Amino acid sequence: MPGTVLVGVDNGDASKRAVEFARDRAKALGVTLVLVHVIPWSPYSFSTPEENEMRSARRKSELAAAEEQVLEPARTIVGDEVECVAIARHGDRAELLNALAREHDSFHILVGRTGESRMKTKLFGSVPGQLIQIADVPVTVVP
Amino acid sequence: MSAGGGSTVEVILAQSIDERIEDALSPVSSFIEGIVFYAVPVAGVDLPLIVLWLVSAGAFFTYHLGFMNLRGPKHALELVRGQYSRPEDAGEVTHFQALATAVSGTVGLGNIAGVAVAITLGGPGATVWMIVAGFLGMSAKMAECTLGVKYRRTRPDGSVSGGPMYYLEKGVAEVTGRVRAGKFLAIFFSISAIGGAIGGGNMFQANQATAQIIAVTGGADSPLTDLRWIVGLVFAVAVGAVIIGGIKSIAKVTEKLVPLMAGIYLLAAVVVIAANLPAVPAAFGEIFSGAFGADSVTGGIIGALIVGFQRAAFSNEAGIGSAAIAHSAVKTSHPSSEGHVALLEPFLDTIVVCTATALIIVISGAYLDPAAGELGGVALTSAAFATVIPWFPNVLAIAVVAFAFSTMLTWSYYGMKATGYLFNDSPSAETAFKVIFCVFVVIGASLSLGPVIGISDSMIFMMAIPNVIGLYIMANMIKREVHGYRADIASGAIEKVGPIG
Repeated sequence: MPGTVLVGVDNGDASKRAVEFARDRAKALGVTLVLVHVIPWSPYSFSTPEENEMRSARRKSELAAAEEQVLEPARTIVGDEVECVAIARHGDRAELLNALAREHDSFHILVGRTGESRMKTKLFGSVPGQLIQIADVPVTVVP
Repeated sequence: MSAGGGSTVEVILAQSIDERIEDALSPVSSFIEGIVFYAVPVAGVDLPLIVLWLVSAGAFFTYHLGFMNLRGPKHALELVRGQYSRPEDAGEVTHFQALATAVSGTVGLGNIAGVAVAITLGGPGATVWMIVAGFLGMSAKMAECTLGVKYRRTRPDGSVSGGPMYYLEKGVAEVTGRVRAGKFLAIFFSISAIGGAIGGGNMFQANQATAQIIAVTGGADSPLTDLRWIVGLVFAVAVGAVIIGGIKSIAKVTEKLVPLMAGIYLLAAVVVIAANLPAVPAAFGEIFSGAFGADSVTGGIIGALIVGFQRAAFSNEAGIGSAAIAHSAVKTSHPSSEGHVALLEPFLDTIVVCTATALIIVISGAYLDPAAGELGGVALTSAAFATVIPWFPNVLAIAVVAFAFSTMLTWSYYGMKATGYLFNDSPSAETAFKVIFCVFVVIGASLSLGPVIGISDSMIFMMAIPNVIGLYIMANMIKREVHGYRADIASGAIEKVGPIG
């Protein structure tokens, strides 16, 4: 079967369950699993000169931390039976998950429920909520 | 002061701390000003050579680079929108962020107080010359920011920084083969930059922010009138908390407050202009007749031109070299791309914000008030807003404090980088600079506007001497960078990749 299954990961419990669910689905369909961790970042945020000076170094350490603390444990959950690609990148979470799904020809996106408070969700929305609104392919939110 | 007829000792005791600081520093201010602003009489008006120096640099680079201030902004906007930023570079410093950081250091009291000073001294006609200076300044800014990125340094810890001290040292040596000449210019620039940071980047800001706080707390009757040094002390503690104490939350709030305040400021300017709509044609008439006329009170065309150029240069800092420090951390492999983005800085600072201030001062007629000359600086701008929005001086006070604070933080960084260059990135030298910087916040708040403007202008403009010499020496290299980059864009060798993030 062509295409991939993409799962958004962080270090929460719901994310672990989403990875397990996605792994089982990729295994059943015989497709590649794409693990994506998005480090929240906007190209239009305001920063101080000191932050700019250190930004490149900080970005490297953020990517290293994402690899070590998020992607590596997710790979362990996936195991060897499913082919898997792991990506850590900076950007807007919902938009980047959708963009990477397009880039990797994903036909299904999975994410863990983020569990934000009702008030926070009403005010700012949630990543799964935004993803459902913009995604080009079906989205599954794993509780 | 001598009303009581007491002895000299009594007179000294009767002086406030503010007055004593002012008495001590005024001769210093006059001395430095006399050197940096050495003037020659032109058509009966004194023309400071340093102003001619900066304007010539802007005019030269406008011609030498092929009117990039007209041809470049379209591409600059594409860069700022991320259309040439590679997705894999997400998380690095974007063109937008480098520009926003530089603008937040530039848009400050020069735009509010400096413009008012220009119109008080040079009449409404100064507005036109400020705009012309802003337009020419775009080219100088492009030249220096291209070099800032080309010769920036990446240290072993991954930090990226640049600025005139690096391009003067390496670039001048590269072009002329004279290592010592480059080093000399770099050291000259760094010493001036430390002075500029303490003068225009600090004392002028602290002074005018304090003046506005006093104005909204009762003016001459304000309990703070004779306690300006205490207001300065509060500022100094806040600045120190960020730059010495490393309390980032204060800087974070400031960096978000500044764009908001700039938006509110421009919106209020539009309201004032709209409320005086019938007066707009007459105001433009005054601005143009002042710019090209012969009003003897303001020194006619030459007087308006000098004052307009001087205040615009102080505000947008083109040719001064400071922006090259702020722009140099951007993620790009094409130095000229950031040069293009830097074109937008004098445009936003001078052609948009300074012009807005000038228009409301002229349109509201606030500058015609006989007391306008005494009001000077931010108080005149505040009075102009108050003619339509009586409560706006309070909002302006917040904006002024936010602008002043953010400019102080940015300039403390410039000064620190210059100190770092001179002392081989020694942490103790940088800390000493930060402490001195905080002390001068108090001094700047305590003085009256005259000596502060004198010191601030002198120090800031002194930076332009080594910087512009270096720009001339590297002019052909800059031209090759800019034209080579534009040829690559035109041929498609550098392609649009779409917005990142």
